[in-house]
Parts: sequence; C-alpha cells; structure tokens
Amino acid sequence: MNIHEYQAKQVFAKYDVPVPKGIMVESVKDAVEAAKELGGPVWVVKAQIHAGGRGLGGGVKLAKTLEEVEALADEILGMTLVTHQTGPEGKLVQKLYIEDGADIQSELYLSVVLDRKLEMPLIMASTEGGMNIEDVAEKTPELIVTVPVDPSIGFQGFHGRELAFGLGITDKAEQKNIITFAQKLFKLYMELDAEMIEINPLVKTGKGEFIALDGKMGFDNSALGRQPEIAAMRDLTEEDPDEVEAAKYGLSYVALDGEIGCMVNGAGLAMGTMDTINHMGGTPANFLDVGGSANAETVAKGFEIILKNPKVKAIFVNIFGGIVRCDRIANGIIEATKITDVNVPVIVRLDGTNAPEAAEILKNANIDNLIVGDDLGDGAAKAVAAAKGE
Amino acid sequence: MSILVNKDSKVIVQGFTGKEGTFHAEQCIAYGTNIVGGVTPNKGGQTHLDKPVFNTVNEAVKTTGATVSMIFVPPAFVGDAVMEAAEAGIELAVIITEGAPVKDMQAAKAYATKHGMMTIGPNCPGIITAEECKIGIMPGMVFKKGNVGLISKSGTLTYEGANQVCNEGYGITTAVGIGGDPIIGLSYKQILPMFEADPETKAIVMIGEIGGDLEIQAAKLIKEQITKPVVAFIAGQTAPKGKTMGHAGAIVSGSAGTAKEKMEALEAAGVKVVVSPAEIGKAIKEVLSK
Repeated sequence: MNIHEYQAKQVFAKYDVPVPKGIMVESVKDAVEAAKELGGPVWVVKAQIHAGGRGLGGGVKLAKTLEEVEALADEILGMTLVTHQTGPEGKLVQKLYIEDGADIQSELYLSVVLDRKLEMPLIMASTEGGMNIEDVAEKTPELIVTVPVDPSIGFQGFHGRELAFGLGITDKAEQKNIITFAQKLFKLYMELDAEMIEINPLVKTGKGEFIALDGKMGFDNSALGRQPEIAAMRDLTEEDPDEVEAAKYGLSYVALDGEIGCMVNGAGLAMGTMDTINHMGGTPANFLDVGGSANAETVAKGFEIILKNPKVKAIFVNIFGGIVRCDRIANGIIEATKITDVNVPVIVRLDGTNAPEAAEILKNANIDNLIVGDDLGDGAAKAVAAAKGE
Repeated sequence: MSILVNKDSKVIVQGFTGKEGTFHAEQCIAYGTNIVGGVTPNKGGQTHLDKPVFNTVNEAVKTTGATVSMIFVPPAFVGDAVMEAAEAGIELAVIITEGAPVKDMQAAKAYATKHGMMTIGPNCPGIITAEECKIGIMPGMVFKKGNVGLISKSGTLTYEGANQVCNEGYGITTAVGIGGDPIIGLSYKQILPMFEADPETKAIVMIGEIGGDLEIQAAKLIKEQITKPVVAFIAGQTAPKGKTMGHAGAIVSGSAGTAKEKMEALEAAGVKVVVSPAEIGKAIKEVLSK
C-alpha cells in the first residue's frame, strides 16, 4: 500500500526526520489560507497523487506571492496529471500540498528498500538528487552508495560512516546530520513495516542540514493488520476501483488492454494463461486470480468485473483444481450465468480435483455460449478463435 | 530416491487442530505421509486425527523424533512458529501460510539459517515426493512416480506442469513449490543441485515468474553445475510493469525482473525455455527422448 507525500511527511515528522512545513488542502481557498499560515516568502504548490514524476508533468510549481499560490492551486487542482508512472490516462489531482520553500544548496537521493538477494533492508543514497535513480544506476552506478543493514544488529555507526563517506561528505557537522537522518529513517522503516521509502530529492540547506523535500512510502500489505495508523492512510481514490471491488471478494484483479477476459486459480497459472493467449495470437484483457476458496459467488463476481470491460470478446476460465474443487467452479459458472448476463463466449477448462464431475455438471446445464477446452493449450486456442469471431 | 523428503520422513504439523491444518493433515495422512503428531498450544495431551497433540514443538520433537514440520499457523504467528521449529531442532520447515509479514520472514529465515534449519515457503503448496510423502496442499493424484524433478514458484503451475509430464507418460520424483513471496526459503539455487545429485531424477522442470532475480541466479548455476536437461517456463511475459501480480514478489520494478531477461539468461545457460506452460509436457518428452 502506498501513501501520499503529505502523509509520508507526517510519518517522517513523527520520527523527527526533518521536513519543510506544509499543509494539505483540497480547495483553492484553503490553499491560500495555508500559504498565509505558512508565511512564505516562497511556497511550493504540489499535486498529491500516488505517482512519481509529478514535477515534470507540471504538478509541482513554485509561487512567490499569494496570488501566484491561488493561480497555481486553481491550475493544478482538478487537472489530470500524466507522468511516466501514471500511464497515458493520467490521474486526477484532488489534493494539494502547500509547502514552505526550502533553502537548497544541493540535492541528494536517499531510499530504504528490501534487498531480495541479501534478504535485508538496503539504504541507497546518491549525490545525484532529483534524477530518476534507475537512470543514475544505469549511467553512473559509481555515484550510488549502497549500505545493507542487518536488522538483527540494527543501524550501527559504521553504516552511517559508509553512507556519509560514500556521499563524499567531509564536514563533521554535516556527517553527523546525514547519519542521524538515515538512522531515524531506518528506525521508522523497521517499526512501521515499510516496503520502501524514497526521498528524492533530499536537500542540503545552506546551514548544512538535511531535509526531506519529497517523500514516497510503500508498506507491506501483509503487515497492515498490526499498523492501524498506516492502514488508515489508505486512499482508495488512488486505486483502480475494479481492483478494490475484486479484492473485497478475495479476487486479485489487474486490468490489461486486450480482448480475452481471464479467470484463473493461482497467480502463476493466471500469468501463464495470459502468456499462452498472447502466444497464440490473442490479447488478454485482465489478470484475475480467483484464489484458493473460489465459490459460486466469487466466480459470479469475477464474471461481473470482467464483463464491465466493453473490450472483452470472450472469457477463458482456466482452473486447475487443487484445493479448489472443479465441481464447485462448474456450479459457480452456472450460477453466474443466471445472475449476470454473460453475452460473450465462455471457454471453460477444468482439470484436477473433481474434474469429471464438473464436466458432467456443465454438460447437463446446456448453456448456449459455453465451450469446453480439453487442456490449457486447447482452451486458449478456442478462446483466441472465439474472440476473433471464428 | 527423491530429494528432501520420503516415506520415512517424520512430520509434525504446527497449527494442527485448526481448520486448514486439520483438512490438509488428513489429506497428507491419506496420501501416506508419516505424520507423527502436531502442535497446538493448550491442546497438548489430546489426540487429533489419531495422532498426539503437543503444546510446543520442542516437546513434539523430543517425543516423536520428528525432523520435518508443516506450518499452517495464521500469518501473524508464522515468524514465531518458524523460529520455534528451528530452536527445537527441526531440519526442514514447510510453510504453507499465505500473508506472513515480510519483516517476520526476514528475521525467521535468518534465525533458521543460523540453526541449520531449511525452510520452504511461505505462501507455497509445499513439497511432494510422488507416491510416498506429501507435505502441503497439492492434489496428490496429479503426481505419479517417475523421473522428473519439478521446482516452481507457483502452486497451480506446479500442478499444471506435473500433470502434463504425467500425461506424456513420464512422472515426478519430487516436486517443490518454493512460493513467490519477496523472502522465501529454499530456492532454485539449493534445489537444482539436489536434483542433479539424485540418481532417479533424469530431467528437471523449473517454473519461475517475474520479479526478483532468483531465476537469473539459477541460470548461472545451471550453466556451471547442472548436467541434466532443464525445461523452464517464466510466467508473466504479458504482465504490465509496476503491478503486483497476485504473489507479493511478482512485480517488475523498473526494468528489473522481467520475464524476457530471465528467459534469455536461462536459454543462454542451455535450458529449454517454453513460451507457454501448455508446452511443458512436450518439452520434457523432447529432452528425455533424445
């Protein structure tokens, strides 16, 4: 789960990680009030959406007068911001963060992520702040400092020294500042079950202090149960409504661009089904994992979500029953065709636990546009043909 | 022969008397797994599925001599359960539970490693040695005895792959579902050499997916150490960037962890890479009839 910049900065402030003063607003009027309260002399008006690259997309601008704050707030609020992370459809800006301008001497980069190879958190830093870190990693990897921190010993002095010297910081007061900054950040990363924290840019002020000018945080979904304060920060308007709806029924759904709706049990087989369709010349319309406890209701919900997409020309139900019993899925399909108007061909391939019973149930149901697939390859081929109207 | 487990392996179940634990332990016993007892705090002394229940893993190990544990406890208690097993001298913990916090798994795995305990999972179907020992939730009837070793991040693709291998007239030695979480126990790196060393295993099916770089590490290892033919499929060639595809670890971050990069690395290592899981069976037939 991701949170907004203004929320990340609230979290930082709670852990004493320095951030500029700022206020989140949802109207132009409040934006001006916030600017007055902050006092100026300069302000930054920032679009709050869950995507990087906001500045380049025109969602972050500097204001030198209250009139400019008003004009910029009016311009940015309600705009559809397109960045390299939003996709071409962009995201509607519903919240702004009005922030004090900072005294910037230099811009750095700092993040904490899980290193899957080392199986421990990794602090990454670079003197190339404000840039896309992947570009830096590709072109000038020597400018990135990486410091893995084993949680069983925690953040030690040597971690801090590696970081400070790695960044070429020679002033002793500045060294102390960056080390303290990173130490606090690591503490909150661990305590709050964060998945990643990224501060880009982290700025050094004229006084040699370090401030988080931006803040991006993601959390481990599996740990939200024990992080109620973080869970409460979830902004559902930032998420795909179909994905949210699907999740309520234990379905894992991701919309894609193609024409063949997929309903599959298991994430790996669901991806494998998409790949097979693609390989056979078709295009998958979605990823949908019905999970281990699929029943008539969840299958019906799956059909409903898939059919919301007007591009869908056929549906491929591909189930390899382990814990999921195929007869239950078969009944689910029959129920679903009663509840939902399934107006496209449905190709069904059921294998594994109770597959013969399931085949019998489907045969007896006599559903018009239902086609049986013998195995994965056969089912996918039939789905591709059906989507082409063959 | 087989790897890791066989009909003689003594297995206990942590979270034995819960709904999931009970259902799957029963299935495992029916398959032939030598389940010698289980652990549920405060139910020690009782009998469940005709097997003794213990309050602690320590007590269970001392009484039964168990060396393997199958873990079904709820996600929030997985870390604790794994460390308890390690402390009690269990040699292999198979963690079925889905949704364990990453931080807990990180600590638990580090602790297990320190104690010399191997782990499989979490969020996985488990391990099965065909017609001998099933420790997990896979449909046993799919796995017929044979000469193909199988390792997979995905549960249902494990069944799909095994089913195709068996439909071609071959069978399985051992199949291991390693799970698709960001932090997992045994992986390709440890299991591929076990299949290489197992005289009964003649070929290996390796199923991976987008995210992380375990498959890239595997490709390097295959090139250096594996002489047996390997057939591989990587799920997620059509997955969009930056989206988690069901498994917490199945995500393409930036340009890293794509199916393409993994498939190319494996191909370069001499692996027969198939573009669809529907071709696993045929590919095995091809490599084994050479």
